[in-house]
Amino acid sequence: MDLKLKIWRQASRDAKGKFVDYEVHNISSDASFLEMMDLLNEDLVEKGEEPVAFDHDCREGICGMCSLFINGRPHGPDSAITTCQLHMRKFKDGETIVIEPWRAKPFPVIKDLIVDRSAFDELIQAGGYISVSTGGVPDANAIPVSREKAELAMDAAACIGCGACVAACKNASAMLFVSAKVSQFALLPQGKIEAKERVQKMVAKMDDLGFGNCTNTYACEAECPKEISVTNIARMNREFFVAKIS
Amino acid sequence: MAKLDSKIPKGRLAEKWTLYKEYQKLVSPANKRKIEIIVVGTGLAGGAAAASLGEMGFKVKVFCIQDSPRRAHSIAAQGGINAAKNYPNDGDTIYRLYYDTIKGGDYRAREANTYRLAEVSNNIIDQCVAQGVPFAREYGGYLANRSFGGAQVSRTFYARGQTGQQLLLGAYGALSKEIKKGSVELYTRREMLDLVVMKDGRARGIIVRNLFTGEIERYSAHAVLIASGGYGNVFFLSTNAMTLNGGAVWQSYKRGALFANPCFVQIHPTCIPVHGDYQSKLTLMSESLRNDGRIWVPKKLEDAKKIQKGEMKGIDIPEEDRDYYLERRYPAFGNLVPRDVASRAAKERCDAGYGVGKTGLAVFLDFKDAIERLGRDVIEARYGNLFQMYEKIVDENPYEVPMRIYPAIHYTMGGLWVDYELQSNIPGLFVAGEANFSDHGANRLGASALMQGLADGYFIIPFTMQNYLADQIAVGEITTDSEEFEKVEKEVKDRIDKLMSIKGTETVDSIHKRLGHIMWDNVGMSRNKEGLEKAIEEIQALRKEFWTNVKVPGKKDGINLELEKALRVADFLELGELMARDALHREESAGGHFREEYQTEEGEAMRNDQDFMYVAAWEYTGDDKEPKLNKEKLVYEETEIKQRNYKTA
Repeated sequence: MDLKLKIWRQASRDAKGKFVDYEVHNISSDASFLEMMDLLNEDLVEKGEEPVAFDHDCREGICGMCSLFINGRPHGPDSAITTCQLHMRKFKDGETIVIEPWRAKPFPVIKDLIVDRSAFDELIQAGGYISVSTGGVPDANAIPVSREKAELAMDAAACIGCGACVAACKNASAMLFVSAKVSQFALLPQGKIEAKERVQKMVAKMDDLGFGNCTNTYACEAECPKEISVTNIARMNREFFVAKIS
Repeated sequence: MAKLDSKIPKGRLAEKWTLYKEYQKLVSPANKRKIEIIVVGTGLAGGAAAASLGEMGFKVKVFCIQDSPRRAHSIAAQGGINAAKNYPNDGDTIYRLYYDTIKGGDYRAREANTYRLAEVSNNIIDQCVAQGVPFAREYGGYLANRSFGGAQVSRTFYARGQTGQQLLLGAYGALSKEIKKGSVELYTRREMLDLVVMKDGRARGIIVRNLFTGEIERYSAHAVLIASGGYGNVFFLSTNAMTLNGGAVWQSYKRGALFANPCFVQIHPTCIPVHGDYQSKLTLMSESLRNDGRIWVPKKLEDAKKIQKGEMKGIDIPEEDRDYYLERRYPAFGNLVPRDVASRAAKERCDAGYGVGKTGLAVFLDFKDAIERLGRDVIEARYGNLFQMYEKIVDENPYEVPMRIYPAIHYTMGGLWVDYELQSNIPGLFVAGEANFSDHGANRLGASALMQGLADGYFIIPFTMQNYLADQIAVGEITTDSEEFEKVEKEVKDRIDKLMSIKGTETVDSIHKRLGHIMWDNVGMSRNKEGLEKAIEEIQALRKEFWTNVKVPGKKDGINLELEKALRVADFLELGELMARDALHREESAGGHFREEYQTEEGEAMRNDQDFMYVAAWEYTGDDKEPKLNKEKLVYEETEIKQRNYKTA
């Protein structure tokens, strides 16, 4: 395949960015999107130009590091996968592909396609855990959990923290991300003890960090590579409401 | 010659850890606040250790290479974690888990360490459940188990096909709690480039590169824990994450830490086959698939040829013309033989011409029978995400046609030499998880890496490190102003300047790929004297070429991905040679190390316990000089040594 690329280049956080046009040739349709980017970079390096900076690591869809906005969609045109699992067979020969970083105020661009997502770490630090220290816990089977609840908790826990939900949202809301963590623990008996505090702290932190509000467009769910459901947002709203009135 | 003291406690095997804990030295709460610890890596071992040490009251600095501790490569482990809970009541015990692990490792691991691993396995499951890890459950609400290779009991706990992710997020939660509390300080996008050892021989700090600014930074502490994972990326193509590297362990080796059993590398049998030379990594399909999938190739050579040419498909081959070679060769364990055995058997069939796929370097993993027996729903519930991943990558539906798989580099059993306390021969330098060598011998069983990472991080390091730190309370604050820090930092800067100044014509990746080919062809699934000697020469030549002709564009300040890669490949070009040397010296076959000269008539690995029942701990003696070999004899006090046999129970 031969492709034209329009890629966002930005030297640093404070620099002004712009789109730069590139071309790649003879790309196998079996190659992954990031392998296509590797070939572009290899080509740039050979020409003595600076390669395009982008985040990636595990390249199997689980670490949540890759984060490209491709043709107007986080993680590109395929559904339920990350950029690293996107394959070139999803594109047409001769197509022009526009590649941008996540665009959201709480995720500033650091260089080219790399953004700073430390706001997500701060959200978890605000209460996205069960306060248990190592040791001194009961036998694992002393806390039975219904299979249904365990499965729902796992559905929520599958979040990889990539930030596609925020990038997809016109308000840059982190509701799907926060609600996934709140839900996971609200569904499990182990998490119930701190449930009220957790939801309030995490929601307050989300506002502090400049994430926007949820206006129920469900773009987050549509673009989530792990198909995290917006029912988690409903569950979090319920948890938040109960915490406020009790 | 370095002195090897494994510090194995006295007493019966089952009593050693208890006795150790009873007599170890402790640090009082008031003193803990004055003691600083550096942790390199935030995977299961590093993340769990940093969180636990923070909870105890130590001042911890934790470093990760990614933008968040949640992205460490432990996250990619799929299938599960072993523990000897015996919840299914199928006869499991701590001793049996221990024995399966030591036997699976072909009796090349240290007895006391491996036993302790099995001993703390149950605590790990308790801990993770308390953290809210959503393990799979039975309808009654109790925890579910499945089987993994090398075991005849079901002892593997799992969270769908994302067990590593869920365990890591548990540790990340614990770590986040401590970061919030202020006991742990987090440094992201930092790569350790060197270890600082003081004149008195103690490890007191690290030099890192800030991957955002390019600045070289110094950090000091009373002790350093390295939990930076394995060095599988020396092969270029592996199941490892792209940034995983051997830098932290390799630079520690060059500062005097011993490197143990570098040639013990695990080749995982179930990965998606290589499909093109542009490929950047290989994707693992969990070993758990072997619970229900059956592995086969065509019985007839002409059928295999037709499949390779695309004239025939796997589903066209009638049942009687399929060779379920693992079930045929190993009736007692069938498709659940250990990884090294399954990998070699696949290679044997493919080398004989029976492989499938365009390249002929693949075998089928077929779910037809399981789907008929259990229904598609059950298979989807068990492996749904793995099947989806396969389909996205290969563009074939594994519910309808058999998967194609082939072995790939996955895990490194070798690593820095550590004693029973997980301390290297450099006082104050501890090593945990995949980065050390101690628990898996020559081959790791499935679902044991997660077990070891968390065992080291939650339950071993927090105890054993105290025993060392108890002596250190009078030392006071360690500064980074000393001449040792000065000297090491300068050496790191010089290394970077040298790389930037070469301005050659070969890209880093092209040299890395060439190294990968040398390694895979000669230091891979099967090895021989001639190939290993050739590999050593070729690696030396390639290293020379790298240092005279590599091309690193850009500046050393700020984000420079090519410079990052160049520093890692420079290490791999040395580490690869040590792996080849170790493989050459070990004139036997054991676990993942298969020397063609040492095999039975049936093609099974032939160990030589008489001459090689030891840990090979290599000592650095200078650049381009032959390393020195130290031997730690392996003594099995309470373990019957058997030839591994997966044919009969």
